[in-house]
Amino acid sequence: MELTHENVLGKIISTFGEENIWDAFNPDGILTITTNRETIHDLIKYLRDDKELQISFLTTMCGIHFPGQGDKELCLMYQLHSLRHNYRIRIKVFMPASDPVMPTMTDLYATANWMEREAFDFYGFKFTGHPNLTRILNIEEMEYHPMLKQYPLEDQTREDKINTYFGR
Amino acid sequence: MSDTNKDIIMAEAPEGISGAGFFATSLEKVIGLARKHSLWPLPFATSCCGIEYMATMGSHYDISRFGSERPSFSPRQADILMVMGTIAKKMGPVVKQVYEQMAEPRWVIAVGACASSGGIFDTYSVLQGIDRVVPVDVYVPGCPPRPEQILDGLMRVQELAESESLRRRDSPEYQALLASYNIK
Repeated sequence: MELTHENVLGKIISTFGEENIWDAFNPDGILTITTNRETIHDLIKYLRDDKELQISFLTTMCGIHFPGQGDKELCLMYQLHSLRHNYRIRIKVFMPASDPVMPTMTDLYATANWMEREAFDFYGFKFTGHPNLTRILNIEEMEYHPMLKQYPLEDQTREDKINTYFGR
Repeated sequence: MSDTNKDIIMAEAPEGISGAGFFATSLEKVIGLARKHSLWPLPFATSCCGIEYMATMGSHYDISRFGSERPSFSPRQADILMVMGTIAKKMGPVVKQVYEQMAEPRWVIAVGACASSGGIFDTYSVLQGIDRVVPVDVYVPGCPPRPEQILDGLMRVQELAESESLRRRDSPEYQALLASYNIK
């Protein structure tokens, strides 16, 4: 079967229902859909195991921060690839910053282990079921999640980097 | 071949009393003279400043003229720790360990804006200057500094080495400085 956006979206919606899949569009030729955290694990498992789709490669997974967006402040983005059909799909899950909890994908893809550790390191996502959710890139003593932009940009203790020298 | 004798500049003899067949001076001055002209650097090069240092080691700028003939890539016989390039916070403990493994007397040159203050990388992952982890003797400005500037920094350390008293490393001020960095 030829994988087109209509085919794939139709299969996904008929399996998971319209109430769980929304905002489908293809901004750059890649089908992009939004789902919720209850559906995401089953959806990725279904894409991997379905005989027709065979979307069985987790290309990347990362967090996104949209400051001041209320219930859509944090987002996790999954990109999957069907090597068999050379077809890509992008899945997003939004959540409020007060509740950054997601199910882990480590039972489906071993590569999700490090990707989720990175998302935890930089954004503070908590992945339930992750075997070793520790920082992966930053120093362990770091007390914040740097990509959330909730820390002072300037090093407050120095006198040689005041705005005057930088034209700010 | 040129007349090489014209190119050679002898080091100035220290102050002392000379007479027929003898020359007397203090031990400090002799050791200072020897240290000044045999400073072996340990290049800790992480980025572009390291490339400038490679040019400094090359035949055109020739850091060997100053007695820094052997870049020691081990702390074992090194006198100067030359930190060249961005030091990330994760690299900080490594710089400190290398410094601790060097024997006294030891000097530190922070080459370039990153090693001196973090430079343009005013960000969560970069150490804002290596003086957060080790004491620094000479800061070389520039981004990156030209080889002449690195040589100038080396010559500043030469002045320090020449005039430093043999007892300075035992002084309470120096011990307090190391203690402030938690270096035993």
